[in-house]
Parts: sequence; structure tokens; C-alpha cells
Amino acid sequence: MNGIIEIKDLHYIYPGDETESLKGVSLTIEKGSFVAVLGHNGSGKSTLAKHLNAILLPTSGSVLVDGMDTSDETKTLDIRRKVGMVFQNPDNQIVANVVEDDVAFAPENLGAPSEEIRRRVDAALKQVDMYEFRLHAPHLLSGGQKQRVAIAGVIAMDPEVVVLDEPTAMLDPKGRSEVIKTVTELCRTRGITVVLITHHMSECIGADRLIVMSDGSIVADGTPQEVFSQVELMRSEGLGVPATTELLYELNKSGHRLPLTALTVEECADEIAKEFGNVRN
Amino acid sequence: MLKDITLGQYFPGNTIAHRLDPRTKLLLVIVYIVGLFNTADFIGYAFVIAITGLCMYLAKINPKTAFKGLKPLVIVIVLTALLNIFYTKGTPIIEGWIITWEGLKKALFMSVRIVLLIVGTFMLTYTTSPMALTDGLERLLRPLKKIKIPVHEMSMMMSMALRFIPTLIEETDKIMSAQKARGADFESGSIMRRAKALLPILVPLFISAFRRADELAIAMESRCYHGGDGRTRLKQLKYEKADFEAMLAGAVFLAAVFVMKHFGL
Repeated sequence: MNGIIEIKDLHYIYPGDETESLKGVSLTIEKGSFVAVLGHNGSGKSTLAKHLNAILLPTSGSVLVDGMDTSDETKTLDIRRKVGMVFQNPDNQIVANVVEDDVAFAPENLGAPSEEIRRRVDAALKQVDMYEFRLHAPHLLSGGQKQRVAIAGVIAMDPEVVVLDEPTAMLDPKGRSEVIKTVTELCRTRGITVVLITHHMSECIGADRLIVMSDGSIVADGTPQEVFSQVELMRSEGLGVPATTELLYELNKSGHRLPLTALTVEECADEIAKEFGNVRN
Repeated sequence: MLKDITLGQYFPGNTIAHRLDPRTKLLLVIVYIVGLFNTADFIGYAFVIAITGLCMYLAKINPKTAFKGLKPLVIVIVLTALLNIFYTKGTPIIEGWIITWEGLKKALFMSVRIVLLIVGTFMLTYTTSPMALTDGLERLLRPLKKIKIPVHEMSMMMSMALRFIPTLIEETDKIMSAQKARGADFESGSIMRRAKALLPILVPLFISAFRRADELAIAMESRCYHGGDGRTRLKQLKYEKADFEAMLAGAVFLAAVFVMKHFGL
């Protein structure tokens, strides 16, 4: 197994809190995979995300990034260079008042020479399809564009993992799909490991692996097909399942035998056509 | 309404004055101010005014725009002039009057000095973006690091403040609308009343600013920010030929002013 991030029995209590926000999470994230973490507010998913680049340090247990322990302070900078983080509010993570200066922030901090910074900034902006906006002021961009600039700012660091902590929570549907498309491409074309924290089920469908968190622990872990097939579990967590799975599940209740793994609308339609085609025969 | 405020009033352009290194411009403004305060006679002031005019021409600044910048300070200028007129001892214009020739002269010089001072600094902010200005300031003050003055931190704070001005203005607008929707009245009543009405805007604004600062700090750390040590820049400041020429011109200006002051020309 080729785990870029290994979490072992992670417990975390926020200072001043009595209850644990994370109650023994163990997890290995494979290199180059697209992992979605789904959960309610307060399920501990954001707390988990903040452990991945040493913003929070475990109360007990350990987090290893490419073999480096996050609680080792001498490694903090190396860990943060490997694991980039994109946050919920795009306004609060953009540091400069010109797009390209903002994207340059991370490589500047890493002390890259000026020509190298230029190269990285241009490449990152092209990757997120924001190159023509490089001289714009960020506060005049739309939410989805701002968030893509924030993603460019992280990939200019040349990280191996990008963690996105509810990057779409403050965006409209258009901005949301822009961001998810950018993130998926990042994983598929550049082989960057992506950890997407979200509470939108629809954003998890394209992932390789879906982890469901509830009350500080992992309650389901598998491919999105496997996880969403557990309809009762998802419902009891109050998360529900995508409309396609829901439809198949209800049909099964009335005596059909459809596979719950058809997540996209096309797959779902095909399965139903097959089933009802059989009935007609 | 709040969006109309342009801080520092930077107007993008491509004149020679815009292209100069911000450090050069900062130095020139200091030279200009020193020169201005060492001018004491009519010829001297005429010379400084001529130079100012030349600079404004080079930066393609419309004199009208420059005078607009003076408006808020008219009261200060008038007050200075009046005080100088009435409180300078010397030969009265008419026997028995309190107004003296010396007072008139001093009042005139003082007003001109203030106007030139404002116009001079206005030329700096007109031709230099706030970011370039903080960058230039950081580089100029870098030697002060040796005596433990946190130059990088100060300039970082300044550029963050500039970055968040539009964001906070937008937020203020939003909060004001929200309060108005709930019946708040900001426009009528005495000054005290209006000032009090602003309180429900300031409180949420401050709370949100602190929350933003917190998130921003985490985001900056996530992008490997660890202070100014070992930090490089995308756009490196570099002195060009024009910068040296401008500095030479500044030196000549200063020399001319001192010659006039000491030899009376």
C-alpha cells in the first residue's frame, strides 16, 4: 500500500472542550487518489482536515505525511509544502490585491527564485483556467473564480496533496461545479492526491473513495457506490443518498432487484430500462 | 456609496513617473520635502513651484485633480495663514494696525509651503500602487532590521490592511443594509445621534474582522508563510537607468535650494 497520509488512532480535543472532536480515526490515504469526506456540521470532518497539514496537532495518536510526523515541529514547513489547503471562504485566504501576486505568495515564502515563481504562477493559473485574469483585483471576481485562484495559490506550491475544506460551501451552483471540475482535473491529469471535505453528496460521486464521518468517527468507507448502497445507514446519519440511488432503492422496496451502485443519471436510466425491459418480456 | 473612496488615489498609467522604482520616488519625496523646508524667499519658492509643475507634467497629472486633493485641507491652510498674519511682529502695513508686512509674507509662504507639501506627496500616491509603495518602504527600511525593528512584519501588515479595505467596505455596506432593513436610521438626527447609530454597524464589523484575521492567519501559514526570512518576490525591485537619473536630478534640486538659501542668489 502506498499511503501518502497515514492516520493512526487520532484523537483530538479542542482546548477548553470536554468532549473529543475526533474519537480514534485511523485512515490511510493513497497517493494520487481522490478521496471525499462527507459529514454533517460538527462531525469532525474539518477538524480531521486541519490535522493533515499540521494546523492542529493530535491530542493522541499520530498523523504521518509521507513518513513525517506532523507533531515534529522541525518538519512543519516540509509538511505544509507537501499538503496544500484550500478553505471555505475565498475572501479570507487571498492575501494580495492582484491575482498573480496572490498565487505567487506560497512560492515566495518558499524562497523560489523570481523566474521560477513566474513559471509556477503562470502554470498554476493556466491549470485552473484563470490565466487571463492574472492582473485582476480578486475582490472583483465571482466566488467560483476566487476559489479557483485560491486553488492556484496552493498548486503553485507544487504540493503532493491538496486538501479542500468545504471549498464550495459559499458558492452558487455555477461556482460549485467550476470548483469541482477543477479539483477533479487536478487529480486526474496531474496525479495530485485530493482530499475533498464536503457536505454535498453530489460532489462525492466522482471520487475514488468516500469516507462518511459522524460524531468524530468514520462510519462508512469505500467507493461512492459501496457507501451509497448502504441506504439505511446513510439515512440514519441524516445524510441521505443521491436521488438516483434513492429511486433505485424505492423501486427495490416494491419488489424489483436493481443494483444500488448506479450513481450517475445515465447508469441509473440504463439499469431501470434493463429491469423494466425484463418485466415486459 | 462607500466604494467611491479611493485610498491614496492611485491612478494607473505608463508615464516615466509611474515606471520609476517606488524606492526612488520615496527618496525623491523626502528630498522634495527637505528642499521645501529650506526655501525662504520669493525666488526659492518660484523655483520649487516650477519644479513641482515640471514633475506634474512628467506624471501627466491634471492640476485639477491635484487641487481636488487639497479641498479637505483648505481649513488648515486658511487657519495657518490667519494665525501668521495676526501673530507676526514687524512693521505694520498701516500705523497702529496689527497686520504687518512680515506677517503677510510669512502667511503667504506658509500657505504655499503646505500646498506644495500636499501636492508633492500626492504625486507619489498618484503614480505608485499601494503594494509597490509598501514593497519599496520595506526595502528602504531594511537596514533598520539590524536594530530589531520588525520592518517586514510592518510592511506585511500594511499590505494586508490595503488588501482588506475593499472586502471590509463591502461588508460594511452589507451590514448597513441589514440594519436599515430592520429600521435603523443613519441619516437623520443630531451628530451625536448619528454617531450612536453607527455603533450597531461597528460591533458586527469588528467581530467579523477578527474572525477574518484568524482564518487569514491559518491560510497564510498553510501556504508556508513563516515571516520575512528567506522570502523572495515575484516582482523584484530593480533600479533602472531612469532611477539614477531621477536621483541625480533630486540631488541637483537639493543643491540648488541650498545654494539659494545661503548665498541669497
